[in-house]
Amino acid sequence: MFYREAGDFKTSYVDDNQTFPIKFDRYRYYFVLLFAFLVVPFVINDYWVNAVFMPFLIYSIAAIGLNILVGYCGQVSLGTGGFMAVGAYACYKLMTAFPEVNIFFHVLLAGGVTAVVGVLFGLPSLRIKGFYLAVATLAAQFFLVWLFNKVPWFYNYSASGQISSPERTVFGYAVTGPHTSAWATYLFCLVFVVLCAVIARNLTRGTVGRKWMAIRDMDIAAEIIGVDPLRSKLSAFAVSSFFIGISGALFFSVYLGAVEVGEAFGINKSFLVLFMIIIGGLGSIFGSFAGAAFLVLLPVLLKNVLVSGLGWPTDLAAHLEFMIVGGLIITFLIAEPHGLAQLWRVAKEKLRLWPFPH
Amino acid sequence: MKLKLISAAVAAIVAAAPAMADLTFSALSYRTGPYAANGIPFADGYQDYFTLLNERDGGIGGEKINLVECETGYNTEKGVECYESTKGSGALVYQPLSTGITYQLIPKATADGIPVHSMGYGRTSAKNGAVFNNIFNYPANYWDGASVAIKHLLDLNGGDLKGKKIALVYHNSAYGKEPIRTLEELSKKHGYTLTQLAVDHPGQEQKSQWLQIRRERPDYVIMWGWGVMNQVAIQEAVNIRYPMENFIGIWWSGSENDVLPAGEGANGYKALTFHNVGSDYPLYDDIKKYVVDAGKAAGAGDQLGTVLYNRGLYAAMLAAEAAKTAQAMHGTATITPQQMRDGMENLEMTEDKMTALGLPNFGPSFKVSCANHGGDGFGAVTQWDAKAGKWNMITEYMQSDQEVLNPLIAGDSEAYAKENGITPGCN
Repeated sequence: MFYREAGDFKTSYVDDNQTFPIKFDRYRYYFVLLFAFLVVPFVINDYWVNAVFMPFLIYSIAAIGLNILVGYCGQVSLGTGGFMAVGAYACYKLMTAFPEVNIFFHVLLAGGVTAVVGVLFGLPSLRIKGFYLAVATLAAQFFLVWLFNKVPWFYNYSASGQISSPERTVFGYAVTGPHTSAWATYLFCLVFVVLCAVIARNLTRGTVGRKWMAIRDMDIAAEIIGVDPLRSKLSAFAVSSFFIGISGALFFSVYLGAVEVGEAFGINKSFLVLFMIIIGGLGSIFGSFAGAAFLVLLPVLLKNVLVSGLGWPTDLAAHLEFMIVGGLIITFLIAEPHGLAQLWRVAKEKLRLWPFPH
Repeated sequence: MKLKLISAAVAAIVAAAPAMADLTFSALSYRTGPYAANGIPFADGYQDYFTLLNERDGGIGGEKINLVECETGYNTEKGVECYESTKGSGALVYQPLSTGITYQLIPKATADGIPVHSMGYGRTSAKNGAVFNNIFNYPANYWDGASVAIKHLLDLNGGDLKGKKIALVYHNSAYGKEPIRTLEELSKKHGYTLTQLAVDHPGQEQKSQWLQIRRERPDYVIMWGWGVMNQVAIQEAVNIRYPMENFIGIWWSGSENDVLPAGEGANGYKALTFHNVGSDYPLYDDIKKYVVDAGKAAGAGDQLGTVLYNRGLYAAMLAAEAAKTAQAMHGTATITPQQMRDGMENLEMTEDKMTALGLPNFGPSFKVSCANHGGDGFGAVTQWDAKAGKWNMITEYMQSDQEVLNPLIAGDSEAYAKENGITPGCN
């Protein structure tokens, strides 16, 4: 009833190949976009943007990036935290070295720098696979964090070893530093999220994405049918790191404003983003969003319900939070090993047939 | 779809908005995670003091106190969430008990006009109130701590540290890196050599650092640790039979919870402090009567009299006294964060005041001013007596080396002002 292909005629190949071929899907997508761009900025406040939207948007970019590498190309990576750190420090160095350039380009360049670093650390993927590759990327994680702690040039020789983002503006509105307004930082991140999601979606639908998936499904077979593993694997590392670098740059400059590499970009961050895509669904852009939402929003929601709502002690609530989130992850993975994205796919199939399933 | 998920979350969060009260204080505490062993006693002390004021005096200046607790887990992201969520309820002052979160809050709180009190932690150069209008770190800061530790070593060595080897074991974070610059400056002045040994978060893995100490045998070890790192370091020092009286921790590495796991071996371990120890004060009678016996003690109620519980009490007391000062200055009982800031800037703690509050001979006398947000930098050394199971103060209060520290503070705060386009000034 809601989700029908009937009557939705395609008269050209362009129509047939569009991202959302079903009308209902398409309108929902436009609606979400309009709502996010035209309604949310007017109602958002500091709490909502700093506790809910910004972490969600930024982790979504990181999850999309990692999903390209792990979900589409099948190369397991535990270096996400390290690559986010590269993005953050690249952004910091660029911001302080070229203050007259717009922050938008700094963030993109930070993504570019991370892509280069990602390719370097992706080189071992040509020889090793699976768990061994995971260990190699784990080395990247530890090496990069160590590097940013060790070499004072990266944090401009500040006494504390922290980097903090100076104020930068876009069209005259501050998006970094303390004097930002909620809507400005939100929109700034949202633009990057939409850009990344559209690029990722279209990459994965095209030749490049098909090559990645061929490598993921069986690399020898892919090589025999003419997929170059070197270029496919390294392009996956580059694109993935580019997105992760952007998320790291935003995480540092717009969201936190000051970071300490060991704490903000430690191994926990790598696992967090990996869990996001596993729970959300490997090989799905929507899954990246769903996973990020699940792991960012659920703890905040639980905290608000248990502490502010029910008035429970904060430590009890914090412990319960771990148990509930952990329990839900296990339940989800048992009930649907392919993640939230698969649940959404099943729901869509059901909707197509509803109300006459036979 | 993403917004559908969010909007489902909206209802619950909106429904759970905190109630407004007359005087709101926030407690960004951590009772979970690797730093909980140190976070719990402080949070208990902080909370119990405000409970006492509510129960005994009916609040501050007739206004009840509403303490909003928020769990940060010593994590900056959660700290930001806590700050944003409690900011709306009109919190008067923030004491996050985390240097990382303090760094986070310095620009944010300054922009929002809310004062931050980082008592004995945070950014040292915040002492310069002309640059850091809203940030306070009285009565002592990390550089004072480093200097007092060196002074103590000078006293032990007849005023000469030439050729001595000192190792600094530090938490590899903004917190642990704070003393390095001071210790380097002091090493130029006194001629000791400094070895830096970083320990990564959370600090459970320190075998290699202590192996290096065992090999190099430094004359003294100074530690900047927190949470589980303290316990591990003290245990490792015991394991390599390092002489404990040559091992000095900063005031955040000197609580009962840090030394007890090492048992007898920890006997003689030293730690700095900027306030007195024990529970032999009139204030404790009131706490027992109004808080503990009334069943209103925070947490498990088993931390009374410990070092960090005392520090929590002290932090709450300084906040309450600043609120009183602000009430007197502005002639209103319901103060705003901006007025609270004025109260903190004009706070004066004297021995008479401390005696009247029930903590005689507990903390230093100091006067805050715009030029000096950091007190006078007095610290003392305490030593752990494992048999008796208590800390003893073994020195008088010593003032830090102001002639070395003041130029450092001026330099660092000027750099901050330049970076952030602040025109230093007192108004």
